[in-house]
Amino acid sequence: MAENRIGRFGMITIGAIITILAVSGSAFVIAGANPIAAYEAYFITPLTREFTLLEVLNKATPILFTGTAVAIAFRAGYWNIGVEGQLLMGAVAAAGIGQLVHGWPALVVLPLMVGAGALAGAAWALVPALLRVRLGIDEVVTTLLLNPVALLVVQGLLHGPWKDPETGFPESPRIAAAAEFPQLSEFIPLIGRSRLHLGFVIAVVLIIVAWYVLSRTSTGLRVRAVGLSPHGARFAGIRVERTLLRVALVSGAIAGVAGVSEVAGIQFRLTEGVSPGFGYTGVVVAMLGGLAMPGVLLAGLLLGDLSVGASSAVRSLQIPSQVGDVVQGTLLLVVIGALAVYRWRTTREDDRPPDEGEPEPEEPPDRPEGAAPVEEPPT
Amino acid sequence: MTTSGGRGDLAAELRGITKRFGDLVANDAVDLDLIRGEVHALLGENGAGKTTLMRVLYGLTHPDAGTIAVDGRPVTIRAPRDAIAAGIGMVTQHFSLVQPMTVTENVILGRAAGARLDLTAARRAVEEAADRFGIAVRPDAVVEDLSVGEQQRVEIVKALARDCRVLILDEPTAVLVPQEVDALFGTLRRLIDEGLSVVFISHKLGEVRTISDRVSVMRRGQMVGTAAGDTDERELARMMVGRPAFGVDRQEPLWHDGEARLQIRGLSAHGGHGLAALHEVELDVHAGEIVGVAGVSGNGQTELAEVLSGMRRATAGSVSVEGQELVNRGPETVMAAGVGRIPEDRHASLVLDLPVSLNLIMERIDDYAPRGHLDRTAIGAHAEELIERYRIKARPNDRVATLSGGNIQKVLLARVLSRDPKVVIVSQPTRGLDVGASEYVREELLARRAEGAAILLMSEDLDELVSLSDRIVVLYEGRIVGRIDAADADPEHLGMLMAGRATEVGA
Repeated sequence: MAENRIGRFGMITIGAIITILAVSGSAFVIAGANPIAAYEAYFITPLTREFTLLEVLNKATPILFTGTAVAIAFRAGYWNIGVEGQLLMGAVAAAGIGQLVHGWPALVVLPLMVGAGALAGAAWALVPALLRVRLGIDEVVTTLLLNPVALLVVQGLLHGPWKDPETGFPESPRIAAAAEFPQLSEFIPLIGRSRLHLGFVIAVVLIIVAWYVLSRTSTGLRVRAVGLSPHGARFAGIRVERTLLRVALVSGAIAGVAGVSEVAGIQFRLTEGVSPGFGYTGVVVAMLGGLAMPGVLLAGLLLGDLSVGASSAVRSLQIPSQVGDVVQGTLLLVVIGALAVYRWRTTREDDRPPDEGEPEPEEPPDRPEGAAPVEEPPT
Repeated sequence: MTTSGGRGDLAAELRGITKRFGDLVANDAVDLDLIRGEVHALLGENGAGKTTLMRVLYGLTHPDAGTIAVDGRPVTIRAPRDAIAAGIGMVTQHFSLVQPMTVTENVILGRAAGARLDLTAARRAVEEAADRFGIAVRPDAVVEDLSVGEQQRVEIVKALARDCRVLILDEPTAVLVPQEVDALFGTLRRLIDEGLSVVFISHKLGEVRTISDRVSVMRRGQMVGTAAGDTDERELARMMVGRPAFGVDRQEPLWHDGEARLQIRGLSAHGGHGLAALHEVELDVHAGEIVGVAGVSGNGQTELAEVLSGMRRATAGSVSVEGQELVNRGPETVMAAGVGRIPEDRHASLVLDLPVSLNLIMERIDDYAPRGHLDRTAIGAHAEELIERYRIKARPNDRVATLSGGNIQKVLLARVLSRDPKVVIVSQPTRGLDVGASEYVREELLARRAEGAAILLMSEDLDELVSLSDRIVVLYEGRIVGRIDAADADPEHLGMLMAGRATEVGA
């Protein structure tokens, strides 16, 4: 059954790629473009010039954070769909601190902001995590439903106390100069002029650390064991609830840092559009990356590439920018569809001996109904 | 009672049904005849293959070989749909009812044809079926508000409303209180008066004799034989458990009177259904002693092993090892006190998708992770050593899921025994294993005994229990109903104790 599953995983992946090419290709044709040229413009062209290449990295930054946050949680079998809201809370924390620290040294401000953002993200993740481990309430629903609540908090601040006093726009005042993430071109001479900022470095370091922790440490082994077999992990003495709670908080903290990165690196203020769904794109990145950290890195860069390519293809090929959304939407739907097919096929009742007289597992359940054990990706 | 009914009167006929699950032969060329208008009990131990046989008849499992005839005509049953069309209904152990729906809605579920749902007619059909067979159900009641017994009646009505002529009940009494059992038996009598045939899966001798016209006994995947319903209980018990090879390999007792290493006092716990599963169990296990727990499955052995393993909460009582209290302290504390656990459900107790090497250290990760970093060299060396020592056919990096059942069991055995446990709690250690692997596992347990471990052995294999144990206790309905020296054990006595007839034999 083991190899069988990997084989099936491969089949589903190939099917997904064919579907993506077919559907997005049709979108190009409808938009009046040659699909081959369009694919080149979307995926190849951005990588051929330094400025656009740096912009690819820049676009990838937030989704590398959110993809990591999602992947870590999913590896433990904790289905955190609330990264979007946790990111917004991190952004709120960054904007709040950024307004207060005029005149402070950057060496103090930047760690303070990152720490506060991480705490805010973790705090937003805490309640669903507690509901899950204490009462067995499905975290998919609770984390997801807290996302619009977080957006309302942002909007409430921007239309209320933080409304820009000069312009009257629903934007917070610009953060202090010391609170801005430095751009990499400032201190790496090889890098040309670009918006690429400290956040990218933090994201890549986080991915490396996450990879190390998951694959090389006792903590990572516990997380993986809990995700693959909660009962087996508990039987071996691993504290499943505690592991889930901590993973949920770490996932929320990383999401919070994503919000800090957007405020301090790109927007320099809190806006309603600080996250155009980075949290949800993080789910796509995590799934595309097979929940493995190297995969998350590649998938994040791929979607960054797509994003830059779609904007430039508007000019070069007169493809409406919305087609870029179609391609990403296709990616998202096909990946989630493929995941559903995959999960359905692995959780379908196997032809195995009936467990005569075996007792039902007692509450609290290891996981909500329908949540399948996660697949162990190659490290 | 009656064994009447000619050959031509067979409601269902199973011939040569064979079903394998990997290494395990669940049904080995099994034949079964069901006469029209009889209650036919299918009796056997857990894992004997009763449920598998009936799942084949109902289309839930596909046999590797064998034929089925219904009303004398051969039929092909690929899915429950085909079975229902052939007039077969089944009430499984786990009900398939939609909890928030009413009884009527559940009964017509999956049968409603066309776009219009005629609930009034459906309601009438439920009432008719209920009246005709004297089954008390309320058509408008919501299923989740009903007791388990009532839900079972809904399942029966559901089958009857589909005009079934053969009704299969899989351990129907397991979830019922005694009054409900009486009501169920009343219903079954009405059904056979109406010409239906009933297959009644059970492992309780008493109720089988009460309700059955004939009894077929299965053991280890094979049909032992078919007897009249009023066959003597001793005879049935003997057919069911086999005749143990008593007195082989008896070792001298190794322990002497003194403080028991594992002490269980007044231990009570609930089972999966929330019903009481253990009642004030008192038990001592000494160093150098194997105590066997006998009992028909479902009488509390699983719960006992789980409580002792730290995986189930006790409602009362105490478990102590060398004076340290362990009840409700969780698996880490239990292991830290020197208790090794080899559980019944070995697949769920490992992380199948992780490699053998990591599973072997799962109970002691910190010992192989100095300052939190996994020492992969030491983990690999440890795995190589245990693979060699316990003759596991695997490489350290093989995922456990790819191993055979015997090797999976050896992984667990190696993980537990390599820690030199003072106490070993072991359940069904050889279930599903081939002869060689079984022998190996038994030798390892005896070796631990010789080295002074206190071993509590839960097994439904009476041969195994008698040949390994120094003493045997019998669990019946969660109570210890008998304590005997393994040397004095005889199959009839054990069988009667297991069947809950302690008083008849004066134990």
